[in-house]
Amino acid sequence: FTKEKLDAAALAELEDALVTSDMGASAAARIASALADQRFSREDNQTEAREALAAEVARILKPREATLDLSAGPKPRIVLVIGVNGSGKTTTIGKLSKLLTDAQAKVVIGAADTFRAAAIEQLQVWAQRTGASFVSSHQGADAAGIAFETVKRAKAENADVALIDTAGRLQNKTELMAELSKIVRSIRKIDEDAPHETLLVLDATVGQNALSQVESFRSVTDITGLVMTKLDGTAKGGVLVALAQRHAIPIHFVGVGEKAEDLRPFDATAFARALVGLG
Amino acid sequence: MFEALSERLGGVFDKLTGRGALSEADVDAALREVRVALLEADVALPVVKDFIAKVRVEAVGENVIKAVKPGQQVIKIVHDALVETLGGDGPPEGLRVNGEPPNVIMMAGLQGSGKTTTTAKLALRLTKTDKRRVLMASLDTRRPAAMEQLATLGKSIGVDVLPIVAGQTPQEIAKRALTTARQSGHDVLILDTAGRTTLDDEMMSEASSIAQIAKPGETLLVADSLTGQDAVETAKRFHERLPLTGLVLTRADGDGRGGAALSMRAVTGLPIKFLGMGERAEALEPFDARRIAGRILGQ
Ligand SMILES: Nc1nc2c(ncn2[C@@H]2O[C@H](COP(=O)(O)OP(=O)(O)OP(=O)(O)O)[C@@H](O)[C@H]2O)c(=O)[nH]1
Ligand SMILES: Nc1nc2c(ncn2[C@@H]2O[C@H](COP(=O)(O)OP(=O)(O)OP(=O)(O)O)[C@@H](O)[C@H]2O)c(=O)[nH]1
Ligand SMILES: [K+]
Ligand SMILES: [Mg+2]
Ligand SMILES: [Mg+2]
Repeated sequence: FTKEKLDAAALAELEDALVTSDMGASAAARIASALADQRFSREDNQTEAREALAAEVARILKPREATLDLSAGPKPRIVLVIGVNGSGKTTTIGKLSKLLTDAQAKVVIGAADTFRAAAIEQLQVWAQRTGASFVSSHQGADAAGIAFETVKRAKAENADVALIDTAGRLQNKTELMAELSKIVRSIRKIDEDAPHETLLVLDATVGQNALSQVESFRSVTDITGLVMTKLDGTAKGGVLVALAQRHAIPIHFVGVGEKAEDLRPFDATAFARALVGLG
Repeated sequence: MFEALSERLGGVFDKLTGRGALSEADVDAALREVRVALLEADVALPVVKDFIAKVRVEAVGENVIKAVKPGQQVIKIVHDALVETLGGDGPPEGLRVNGEPPNVIMMAGLQGSGKTTTTAKLALRLTKTDKRRVLMASLDTRRPAAMEQLATLGKSIGVDVLPIVAGQTPQEIAKRALTTARQSGHDVLILDTAGRTTLDDEMMSEASSIAQIAKPGETLLVADSLTGQDAVETAKRFHERLPLTGLVLTRADGDGRGGAALSMRAVTGLPIKFLGMGERAEALEPFDARRIAGRILGQ
């Protein structure tokens, strides 16, 4: 079979596919241009080119693919879940709790979102559903205080994991970001290595602002891993590619629905294929 | 103003100093920079393409060629076109709540976009500013504590909320809400619905059936102003399944560039009625096309 280079229109089409995944214009241009010198069979160059594109995207993401086994390591393993409003923090905690309690781990969940209406009740439902202990106070209570109590309870109950939910906060709100530092400081009074994991939850529908989210949250606290939610919708979450190129932060999980079992380990290859439209 | 784009265009036009007029090639070079700027602001690609084509027609004109500062001139053309696409200079359209009571407002959107919070914001505004009697009802039977969330918000702003009855379907709740509103003399009924992805056919059908029952005079798509390229797909698909009358963009208090506003407005032609500017019930502002245009251009 004859192999030939893609013409300009075919290349532009591939670049467009990358742009519409939310990868950002410059990353898309760079990745697409990597295909300019490659040769593909004339019979099915579109599929072949997409395969090559997926491979290129996967190559960038692969170093960030990292499973998170919370049942091992320090006990209790203290996990802080952070992110902007509505990204899926509380639901992700429910899903993580399910994963852990199914594996017979003992889990304590702490409701340190004391701001949003019924945030506590929402999390309590998840704790009940998944058989986790639950630490909470009333709306308006001090978030750092709840986080502290949660860690204390996890120690007292000899729990394997403490999952601490926090209120959604936009990264440009200085007081709210300061509150996050305060939460971290308060749990360090009990365990100076805590939190052992700080998971930033990103919503796949968000575009380039996810870059600013990572940068700002990172400037107030160490982010140990990323979770991307809502990949069961039409959004492709391509901003992870731009993130992978800028930050060496592992990507642990993706959310693919609203149910307890809708959490998957991040799979760079599968993600890259979905991103370029290969099933 | 518009530093991000100004700098870019500065770079393009600097190379032209000493030459008299702008050629089509010069305009195209400038518009390539505009394209990147719009993409960086999260305007969706198909919308960017249409927009650039439209601006090009205007930019390849005498005015630009004779302008002293062609960069500024191009920015002005782009800015004006953005304002126009976003809905123009006038005040945004008000809510359609002046029919036979109860006037129903239905809220719809993706998960976590801000529907419940915006329901309370609209209720507060209609109650305080417009002296209307508002009833809110949650049709979200799925998200844990969704109904408690609305009930709590209702209590804190002093607006009536339909009592929770466990086990009812969203359609049944919609009917009960209509009956209650009629009997108790509420003239506006706001229906908060569960979040849904547009690929979930069952949930999209549920949304249409709610609209058929409640016959809302106003159906608002509530979307996150931080939305990226997905804005087009989401807006299009909701618009296909619901009698949408307007858009609300939330989290405009963030540091996002807000390109989703342009994308959603362009694909649906619907007015953007409000911007969510915070988590509190007071944090709702009428949409301002000029301000968002400035933001998209990185002012
Ligand atoms: N389709 C889909 N929906 C999700 C996913 N994860 C969370 N959600 C939904 O997104 C909405 C917001 O989720 P939450 O877990 O409440 O988000 P949050 O970050 O805790 O929100 P705040 O506490 O208000 O900042 C809910 O309706 C969830 O059911 C996901 O992976 N897919
Ligand atoms: N900063 C900011 N936060 C907002 C705004 N609007 C809503 N939120 C927050 O976004 C999160 C989600 O809001 P909700 O009103 O629960 O969203 P929803 O669309 O009802 O979510 P689901 O019912 O789960 O689909 C909450 O933390 C809200 O406080 C806004 O304009 N600015
Ligand atoms: K996306
Ligand atoms: Mg939450
Ligand atoms: Mg809601």
